Amino acid sequence: MKRFAFAVVTAALVLGAVDIARAQEAETPKPPHQQWSFEGVFGTYDQAALQRGFQVYKEVCSACHPVKHLYFRDLTEIGYSEDQVKGIAAQYQVQDGPNDQGDMYQRPAKPSDPIPGPFANDQAARAAENGALPPDLSLIVKERDGGPDYVYAILNGFKDPPADFKMQPNMHYNEYFPGHQIAMPPPLTADGQVQYADGTKSTIPQMAHDVTTFLAWASEPNLDERHRMGAKVILFLVIAAGVFYAAKRRVWADLHGHGGGGHGQAATQAGEDD
Amino acid sequence: MSDVAQSQVHGHDGETRRDFLTLAASALGAVGVATAIWPFIDTLNPAKDTLALSTTDVDLGPVQLGQRLTVAWQGKPVFIDHRPAAEIKAAAEVDISTLRDPQKDSDRVQKPDWLVVVGVCTHLGCIPLGQKQGDDRGLYGGWFCPCHGSMYDTSARIRQGPAPANLVVPPYKFTSDTKITIG
Amino acid sequence: MPVTGTGRTSRIIRWIDHRLPFVAMVEHELYEYPTPRNLNYWWNFGSLAGIILVIMIVSGIVLAMYYTPNATMAFDSVERIMRDVNYGWLIRYIHMNGASMFFMIVYIHLFRGLYYGSYKYPRELLWMLGVVILLLMMATAFMGYVLPWGQMSFWGATVITNLFSAIPVFGSKIVTLLWGGFTVGNPTLNRFFSLHYLLPFVIVAVVGLHLIALHTHGSNNPLGIDSKGPQDSIPFHPYYTVKDMFGLMVFLIFFSIFVFYLPNFLGDPQNYIPANPLQTPPDIVPEWYFLPFYAILRSMTFNVLGIPSKLIGVMLMFSSIIVLFFLPWLDTSRVRSAMFRPVYRWFFWLLVIDVLTLGYVGAHPPQGMIVVIGQCATAYYFFHFLIMFPLVGKLERPRPLPTSIGAAVLGPAAAGGGN
Repeated sequence: MKRFAFAVVTAALVLGAVDIARAQEAETPKPPHQQWSFEGVFGTYDQAALQRGFQVYKEVCSACHPVKHLYFRDLTEIGYSEDQVKGIAAQYQVQDGPNDQGDMYQRPAKPSDPIPGPFANDQAARAAENGALPPDLSLIVKERDGGPDYVYAILNGFKDPPADFKMQPNMHYNEYFPGHQIAMPPPLTADGQVQYADGTKSTIPQMAHDVTTFLAWASEPNLDERHRMGAKVILFLVIAAGVFYAAKRRVWADLHGHGGGGHGQAATQAGEDD
Repeated sequence: MSDVAQSQVHGHDGETRRDFLTLAASALGAVGVATAIWPFIDTLNPAKDTLALSTTDVDLGPVQLGQRLTVAWQGKPVFIDHRPAAEIKAAAEVDISTLRDPQKDSDRVQKPDWLVVVGVCTHLGCIPLGQKQGDDRGLYGGWFCPCHGSMYDTSARIRQGPAPANLVVPPYKFTSDTKITIG
Repeated sequence: MPVTGTGRTSRIIRWIDHRLPFVAMVEHELYEYPTPRNLNYWWNFGSLAGIILVIMIVSGIVLAMYYTPNATMAFDSVERIMRDVNYGWLIRYIHMNGASMFFMIVYIHLFRGLYYGSYKYPRELLWMLGVVILLLMMATAFMGYVLPWGQMSFWGATVITNLFSAIPVFGSKIVTLLWGGFTVGNPTLNRFFSLHYLLPFVIVAVVGLHLIALHTHGSNNPLGIDSKGPQDSIPFHPYYTVKDMFGLMVFLIFFSIFVFYLPNFLGDPQNYIPANPLQTPPDIVPEWYFLPFYAILRSMTFNVLGIPSKLIGVMLMFSSIIVLFFLPWLDTSRVRSAMFRPVYRWFFWLLVIDVLTLGYVGAHPPQGMIVVIGQCATAYYFFHFLIMFPLVGKLERPRPLPTSIGAAVLGPAAAGGGN
């Protein structure tokens, strides 16, 4: 079995290699690990952080970044009531139509509408952002290696470039972005940029943490249910495995010459692996 | 799973232990399978975005007296009739006991001059005629279903033909004098 | 037993069985079916493969009720499944991780066959049908990965379909035919969806043939020696039904850890970016189960005798699977099981390390030492099957085989007799 163990170790290396293969280039540092309420087997989203994060998204990020896969009705999952969601939606105008005259028209958004983005299409976005396209944020945490750690690192990673670093026009130096030049200007510029509704002090790291939690939820809204279900399923399976193992031992104990736990030399030679 | 007639029973308390284990294993297996199957069935139920589209708002302002409007609600047509006095009077004067599906007109409307019903014939689901100018409205001034000849009156109650029930009144409320929300 | 009893149920079963002998067949092939008494847990992986196939088909059919195979809507339809469809996230993650599980199970099942000589007489066709199933699985998985229409879906499809342009003379015409256009696009996606839905049922049919071939001579066993009589066998039910159920529970725990806690660990984050034909990702990497073949494909970096390296790479990649068909004849040993083949056993583990190394190489960009390691590993792979197999079979001195399975399990006294 030693050879088997050796092969398993090599397998672990391959699995690790699969991870490494997708890592960023050697010069860009790996984003440091942060504490997230939703990581680990028993992780869940912190609702207060989700609401603060939504506030940061709404007041800072939504100027350039859409979240097309989010609907206003999804906000009830982060603790807003139906009426609050109706109120939030009504602040936005969305296009509807055609009406009976054949014209498209604007109307206030409803909870069943997706959250509208800042630009009508990609070309309009590029025209407004010096040719750069602010990506949709609905899946950003799952799209990037390092997930929430990476997004948090980017938001906190803006600094002055080193003396010998040549910056392209309209680009900004970021420690964790591959190539170190990112088209996005630092979105979080000052403590207190957003006045949190729940009164929490809005330092830059706090805002970055909250908006990253919100974006993690946007990428993976079912995480809480998934973790809960997983615990129940695996617990059930462990018990079932125990019962079936006991049943197996009992059924096999019937075989003449094959006692409960004993393995003679003969049995080992037979290749049995009970 | 529980049939162990093939192998020889190996005496003592092995038999009781085996029965309990077999029972436990079978029970766990059954519970496991049932629990595992449920998501695959529930997934066929309407999804969250379908459920979110369950209401429709209608502006009644442009609908003149005597005009009829058709709107879509949950994928079905809804007939809105701005009833003139003659239609209201005809609906109120019908003897309820003669109806196949007895209902008073006043129980079917919130404001007498606005009738709101789902435009799907209760027989086999065709859309009755009567909404457009020139449509055949049948013999009772309401609607006429061309598929099998059902006729509805000015309160959309079934009067003649194979349909078993009156046209369904959907849940709706007046959000203002000229606006309703259906659903 | 149901068929021989006197109750009403038995009479109904006899009425049916007289016209369509279904129950009798299940009794014979599943209940009474004689199976070697000494199978170890490496023999669980066949039934596991069958079960995961069913799981993939059921989850796939349900996903197909919500998925839209159009380039403008595919990605969004998958997101709708993840967010709005009841339990959509669960069924999607089951299908996505189930594919990885399927390959893991089948690779272990295959290596079991290599170790214990399950491909040798009289099971050559059984083995070859298995290789056909592997090929069908690879085609199915490749097309399935394209369907979400993420960056890796699109660019992986582009790279792999472009391989066929290496075929001389007709190459680019074949590629245009595959694409249905001038690049991977909507026609490609639509036909991949159609074929992805079809092939699993072809797999089911070949699995049926695989099982018929298996039941013709029965299972191999860890000793690799034939069953000599009833004392060497036990009925499949209840011994192996309960053992398979236990194995299934253990597998489901492993599967559940991925589905519920690490659903994206085996995948590539870039596939959550919608496909962009105008932007190639910095690294195009297939799913982990294709990595060894990807490494073999990329290993040819130089032309040979005027044949372009790209074409040789493609031929090597397909050859790496085709060579498996010829194993029963490449192996000259008269002994089946590696338990009695001390020299072959070392080479077996070398192959395992070689395949894992190829996987490691496939995961990395082809630069520097990685290229050399990949070339050595590719060379060893073909050496192992084409040179080592015939040579070691002839030159090795195998250990003496036990007289029978019963003797090995029960001691010499039980060698000839019954219970």
